[in-house]
Order: sequence, then structure tokens, then C-alpha cells
Amino acid sequence: MSVIIDDNSKVLVQGITGYQGTYHTKAMKEFGTKVVAGVTPGKQGQRVDDVPVFDSVADAVDATGADTSCIFVPAPFTKDAVFEAVEAGIGTIVAVTEHVPVHDAIRFVAVTRSRDVTLIGPNCPGLASPGRAKVGILPNKIFMSGEVGVVSRSGTLTYEIVNAMTEAGIGQSTCVGIGGDRVAGTNFVDVLELFQNDPATKRIVMVGEIGGTAEEEAAEFIKASVTKPVVAYIAGRTAPPGKRMGHAGAIIARGRGTAESKMRALEAAGVRVAKLPTDVPELLRT
Amino acid sequence: MKLFEYKAKELMKKYGVPVPDGFVVSSPDEIEKIPGPVMVKAQVLIGGRGKAGGIKPAESVEEARAVASKILGMDIKGYTAKQVLVEERVDIERELYIGMTIDRSTRSLLIMASPDGGMDIESVPEDRILMAPVDPFTGYQPYMGRRVAAFTGLKGDQAKQVGAICQSLYDLVVAEDAELVEINPLVVTKQGRLVASDGKLTIDSDALFRHRDHSQLEEDLTPLEAKAKELDIAFVQLDGNIGVIANGAGLTMATLDSLNMFGGKAGVFLDLGGTDDPEKVKDAMLLMNEAEPKVILLNIFGGITKCDTVAKGVLEAIEEKGITVPIVARIKGVNEEHAREMLRDAGMIPASGLSEAAELAAEESLR
Repeated sequence: MSVIIDDNSKVLVQGITGYQGTYHTKAMKEFGTKVVAGVTPGKQGQRVDDVPVFDSVADAVDATGADTSCIFVPAPFTKDAVFEAVEAGIGTIVAVTEHVPVHDAIRFVAVTRSRDVTLIGPNCPGLASPGRAKVGILPNKIFMSGEVGVVSRSGTLTYEIVNAMTEAGIGQSTCVGIGGDRVAGTNFVDVLELFQNDPATKRIVMVGEIGGTAEEEAAEFIKASVTKPVVAYIAGRTAPPGKRMGHAGAIIARGRGTAESKMRALEAAGVRVAKLPTDVPELLRT
Repeated sequence: MKLFEYKAKELMKKYGVPVPDGFVVSSPDEIEKIPGPVMVKAQVLIGGRGKAGGIKPAESVEEARAVASKILGMDIKGYTAKQVLVEERVDIERELYIGMTIDRSTRSLLIMASPDGGMDIESVPEDRILMAPVDPFTGYQPYMGRRVAAFTGLKGDQAKQVGAICQSLYDLVVAEDAELVEINPLVVTKQGRLVASDGKLTIDSDALFRHRDHSQLEEDLTPLEAKAKELDIAFVQLDGNIGVIANGAGLTMATLDSLNMFGGKAGVFLDLGGTDDPEKVKDAMLLMNEAEPKVILLNIFGGITKCDTVAKGVLEAIEEKGITVPIVARIKGVNEEHAREMLRDAGMIPASGLSEAAELAAEESLR
């Protein structure tokens, strides 16, 4: 068992003929993912790494039975790509694309949530269940099959922490990178609920960062509904208020979204909070 | 992208928000006539201008010129006032607050309103701020404006005026891809009119591809910030002496936190975004060198690029500019052993883990 994706997921790649699409199609296949189709308008009939390319998502779904989509199209076309996937009946969408206009995200997230489509992202690394499947761009080599579910708002920091876990011999059940944008299809609470109900997940790691109140909302949910042990790390303890720390999501505004507030809320919910990312494996072991 | 007040007000006016009559100048001579008593306001992208002396009244053209020449060139919290807005003074009966922003929790636009305008909204207690999300499926509807009117204590014609302003702000936010719009204060004049006395507007920089006119707008950037922007590298100035280069916001912040644990403080940080492109690493090294840190800490988690390729980019940058500051380098991913050897041979301090790298950089910075 794993969450959101498994060995049977049939993945199609929107934007498969672009550099990122082609590179990561190959990487996903190497991880063991069943990539069954690609979509690039006007390129039907081509093959990328032996995967057939279609003009539309609907054609690809008809021909291959794809149920999961990984989106690599450029930001101006991401809204269109999400709507096309929803319309074609895709149940799980991973939107890797970064720099998607926030008003586009508001519209397509409203649609995916109302239609019970699972959307991860935009601006996310995707998700991986070691030994089963990966949809997205997480590096193949850092994973090890195991019992810890990882959910994170960050990309490379997730790799850092997962890598440290693997080096310490602690494997993962599923690792979900929900993305750092302000408006995202899936949040911490959604994934925590899935992990709580997943028999393959025994413990949970949550990687948060400054900005917004998603970690505080997660803490409330953990207190009320999560019985599995949770370890957390919050990035940005030393970030000054009012400065945008990299991407749009990471900013302390209106006195909300500080690392202290998040760490306090999580500790009050019984979560063990690591001071440094490299402390996470140690806290999982004890 | 934050817009100057005068630009924000131009856009507000375009969408139907009443703003005071005014004009913007960059030298006192450009002031030829004024619409009665005016306020002369420094155009800088930072709060607290008034307290810093950047907003002054004037009664005549001569006085307006004298005041403008004092304000122009003034340093306000590190920003230079290059332009002033000369604007009709309004007779204030009451001051309200109204704004719209993106709300993560409800994944929608949020209307904010308060009867306590004119002060820092962060100091207004929560129960004095109305926060009403706008359902993306319905968009803005007039009942939301009636809620704002009721909350801010406006009745009759003034309630209608505030409703129209809410509609205008919503139209502006959606059509112009704004992520924040604020009117603080929204003035109720002695004559009973509602006027946007100040205006803040931030456009979503990810949407500039469909607003070519905005991408021409001048911005208040230091030379290093401008260069970083051109390279699509996030640049943040802090108050320490360690220059941090990392890829990804989360990893960059974790690197700063780790430095702090070992007694080090970051001065400038550059976030390459989620990439380990060797060219970008090289550009960042060159840019960082111009910021003159005491130590450089490079922390790259390689996803798809090979570490030795990244290391090669770093070495090229050092050779090109003859960089002599100590560099602690940690590059993680494929071929990392080879990369570490290359960096060691070039006189850098290689590290294998994040904590180790932070400790070494902190030690070096305190030396």
C-alpha cells in the first residue's frame, strides 16, 4: 500500500516532448513508474523513450487508460493543461510547473477540489512511493522503501531530509511534495489524513516553512485525528519578517507565519520538532 | 511586483475607484499649478514614509516646490525618493481600511475591511478586521460590499459608494493579476465622499507575461537586486557576513537556520530556485562576489545535474574573477566524491553534510 499512487497507476505526461518532460519521463520509468502516454498538441504519432505521444489528453486516455497526469507544460499553459486533464477524467494530477499565476491556480484548484480530482502542486516536485512508482521530478537515488510517510512544502529540502533518512537506514512509504505556492491543490491536512489511514505508513515526517498558517492547521488536525508519531522540521527560523525568502510563499506577513508559532503549535500537538534538518533521522529513531 | 503609489492610484482610477486629483514629478520645477491645498508625498516602496518626513503639506505652488525639493533625493529606510506625488488634500471625516489579498487557507481572494483606517493594519485587533473570502465560482457579488459597509459603519449613499469601490477593486485585481491591493486610509470626506487617500498595489510577477505594459514599470532595486532579477535568482539582503548560495527556498532557509545554530550569520542569500544548472551556479558565484561577503557558503542539492559539472561551473567563476574569499562548498548528488576532490584541489573547503558545511562556514566567518 501507498498513498495517491501505486504500482498500478497509469501515468501520462503532459508536455512530454519538452526537455523536462522527456528527461523526467525516462527517470520515472527507471523508478518503475508505468508511463503509458504523453501529450503534446500536434505531435501525435511520435514516441518519447518508447512512450506514444497524443494530441490531446482525451485521446491518450481513450487509447491507454491513463488515470494519472504529470504536467510539465510552461506556466502560461498550465491552467489549460489542468482543465484538459480534469475534463478527460484523470483522477490524479501532479503539476510540476513553477511560476504559475496565482489567479490561474485559484481557478483550477477550485475546479479540481469540487470534482474530487487529486491535484498536487503547482510548483511541486511530485511524489514517490519507493519500489512502486514516482510521479514528478524527485531524484530517484535518494529513496529507500520503508515505513515513514513524508509530506513537505519544499523541494530540495525534502531531498535533503529524505536523503539523510535513507543514509541512516530509515525508509519511506510515500513522500509527497505538495509545493510552496500560496494556492495549492493538496495541503498538509489532506496528506496527513491519507498517511493516518495508510497501513504501510507507521510514522510521519512533516517539513514546513515560514509563511501562511498551513502548519498551524496541520497541528490542529494532528491533535484531533493523527495517532501515528509525527516528526517535523520548519525552515526559516532565522528569516526576518517582511522579506520574501525565495519563492512567493515564504514570507512572514502581518505577524503571521513565523517559525516559532508553527513550532509551538506542532509541539502542543505532540509533534517532535527537529532543530536542524539533519536531526530528523535521530528523532525518528528514538 | 510592488507599484508606486501614483501608479497604483492610476490603475485604481481606471477601474473606477475615486482618488484625489494629483500628478507626479521628479523635479520641483515641474510643479506649475496645484489644485488648492496639497500633500507632497515621496514615492518609495516602503511603509512609514510619513514618520520619516516623506509626506508634507503645501498651500501654494512656491511652498509645494520648496517641500518637493526637500523630499526629492531623501533617503527613506534605504530607499531614495526619486519622485513625489503632488495631490489634492482631502478633508477627513473618518478613515477606513479596505483591501484584497490571496488567502491560502480558503484558496481564494480575501476581502479585508476595517473601520480603523489610517494606522498600521497589523496593529488593528483581529475583531476589528472583516475577512471575507470570495468564492472563485461566484466571483465578487454586491452582498459582499453590503457586508463591508455594515462592518465599517457606512449607511445610505456611502454604503453604495463603498460597494462600488469593492467591485472596482475586485475587477482590478482579477484583470491586472494583482496579489495585493490596499487602500489605507479610505477617507470619508467632510463632504461625504469616499476617496482613496493612499494606495498599495502588488502585481503577481508570475503573470507579467500577459501584462507587458507592467513589465516596463520602473522598480526600486539596488544594482545587485536588478542583476539577480535579470538572472531569475532570488536575492535577499540580511545583516550578517556570510554569503549563502543554495537551490530552493526551503533548503536556503534551512541553510540559514543551520548557520545560526553554529553562531554564523548570513549577509546575502541567493536562491537559484529548484535548479542545479551549472551556468546558474556560476552566475550566482559571480554575483555573490560583488556583494563582498567574508565567507561564501555554497549548498547545492543536485537533482538532475551531475555534481562535478556544477563544481566545474564554480571553478570557472573563481578563475574568471579571481575570487579570494574563503568558500565552503557542499554539493550533493551524483558524482559528489569527484566534485569534492575538484573543489579541494582548488583550495576550497569541501563539506559532505549540511550541518558540517554550516559549522565550517560559521567558524570561518568568526575568524
